Formats: sequence, structure tokens, C-alpha cells
Amino acid sequence: MSHAATMEVEPAESPLTPESWGKLGMWIFLAADAMSFGGLLAGYGALRYVSPNWPNPLHTLGINLTAFMTFLLIVSSFTMVKALSARRHGDLGKTRLYLVLTMMGGASFLGMQAFEWTHLISEGMTISGNPFGSALFGSTFFILTGFHGCHVLAGVLYLGVTVLMSGRGRWGYNEIEITGLYWHFVDLIWILVFTFVYLL
Amino acid sequence: MSQETHAEPNYLGVIMILTALTLIEVAVVFAPLPKFSIGILLVGLALTKAIIVAAYFMHLKFEKRTLALIAATPLVLCTLLMFALLPDNNPKKYVPPVPQKPVATEAPTAEHS
Repeated sequence: MSHAATMEVEPAESPLTPESWGKLGMWIFLAADAMSFGGLLAGYGALRYVSPNWPNPLHTLGINLTAFMTFLLIVSSFTMVKALSARRHGDLGKTRLYLVLTMMGGASFLGMQAFEWTHLISEGMTISGNPFGSALFGSTFFILTGFHGCHVLAGVLYLGVTVLMSGRGRWGYNEIEITGLYWHFVDLIWILVFTFVYLL
Repeated sequence: MSQETHAEPNYLGVIMILTALTLIEVAVVFAPLPKFSIGILLVGLALTKAIIVAAYFMHLKFEKRTLALIAATPLVLCTLLMFALLPDNNPKKYVPPVPQKPVATEAPTAEHS
């Protein structure tokens, strides 16, 4: 065996995130995903602007439940950073506890969204029409909140995998941080969706 | 596996600020202000909340500046997209297409030789 073959090759360090390549990968994915949401929100704005009979979201959707859902996601972001903090201090029990609490926050959010959708559908609002005004109101609402809801569902599943993997000690601080990046992004997007779809 | 070396932010303080901003948002909706001012305030508050989440929860404040630039790129592009769509967004300028009258054509004549 030649000398070159036995030499250990040092892996190149990620230029922007020296901790791990995975973290850089997640950031690039999130930037691309943000473009998807940005495109949907820009389309929503354009369609709303040209529709003369756009219903007032405050009267038709209501904001009490969704304001609470916003608070719930903010709290789940808090439990996520607490999980990371616990892992930093080597406390695996607390890490698991906070991760499970974050999962529960996400699952509760999905439950409330299902309740909201059921209520609106029972009032006659569908993706193709609604009794309040422009048919595009229902279309854009279900597409935007549905696309975000899919992200929350994926996040809850991702958190479940993180609980299992970190419990066995196979995933450490870096992996939990990458999970956290995704979860906080879901929270960040909801902040924008809440403002543009429900408040404006 | 390396761990971050920066000091932990005061996460409880961050969540309290985010909650307060959410409450202000809900209050602004019912404020006796012109619709345009309410819109500007709501977008400003939402962007502030989004920046706080990215900076402290996603630790962007403690990362290299290039990473923050990558993260900010979608926001810039989407804002440009919004402005690019604006000229087509004026419903008053929309002129419905006028139905064209069918062009009279001569009836085909059958040539018999």
C-alpha cells in the first residue's frame, strides 16, 4: 500500500457553518423554501388586489383562535431552544422532555387548524368558492394555510425522529440545532401568514 | 462534534417580546387609524417579529454575515416580485377583451367542370 493511500484525508470544513455541512444544507433548503412561500404570498397579494369583492378576513376568519395559534408556535420555538440548551449542558432527559413538548405544540397547532378548517368548510367556504365574496379568497386561504400546515406536519415528524435519535445518543447538539432551524422557520413563516392572511 | 461558543441569548426575554408584539398586532387591527397606516404598521411588526426569530432563535445574529445574506435573499427577491407585479395589479386599467365579429367569408363555391 502506498503512502498516499494510507494518508487520512481531512474533510473540508463548511465555509459558512464550521460546525457542520448539514447546517449549511438546512440553511440553503430554508432559503429555497422561503422562495416558495414568498411566491405564494406575492401571488396572494396580486390576486387580492385585483379582486373587488374581497371579504374582510377579520369578520370571516376571526383572529382569536389564530392569535392563540401564533402564540403556541412562539412557545414551541422557545421549548425548542430550551431543548438545544439542555443538550449543550449534556442533560439528555431535559433535551427529550423539551423536544416532546415542542412536538406537542406542533400537534396542537395542527389540531386547531383542522378545527378552523372544519368550521369554515361547514360555513360553505371551499377552495372553489365561498358565500363571503371572491372565490379566490377561499382558494388562496386553503392553499397558503395548507402549505404551511404540511410544513408543520413534516416538522412534527422530524421532531419525532429527533427525539428517537437523540434519545439513543446518535444525534448530538449539531443535529438538534438543524432540527431547530427547520422548526423556527415554520414559526417565522406563520408570523407572516398570520399578518397577511388574517390581519391585513 | 463542535458546539457554539457564543453566550446563550435570554430566550425568555425573546419570547416575551414576541408575545407583546403579537398582542400589539391584534390591537393595531382595531385601532382608529387609516387603513394604509394600519397596513404599514402590521407589515412592520410582522417583519420585526420574523427578524427576531431569525436572529435569536435561529442564531443568525451569531453566524457569519454571509449566511445572513443568504437568508435575506428570498425576502429581497420576493419584495422585488411584489413590485414587479404592481403595474399589472390596477383593476381600473383592466380592459376586457372586445369580442371580435366573425369575419365574413365567401361561401365556398364548388367548382364543377
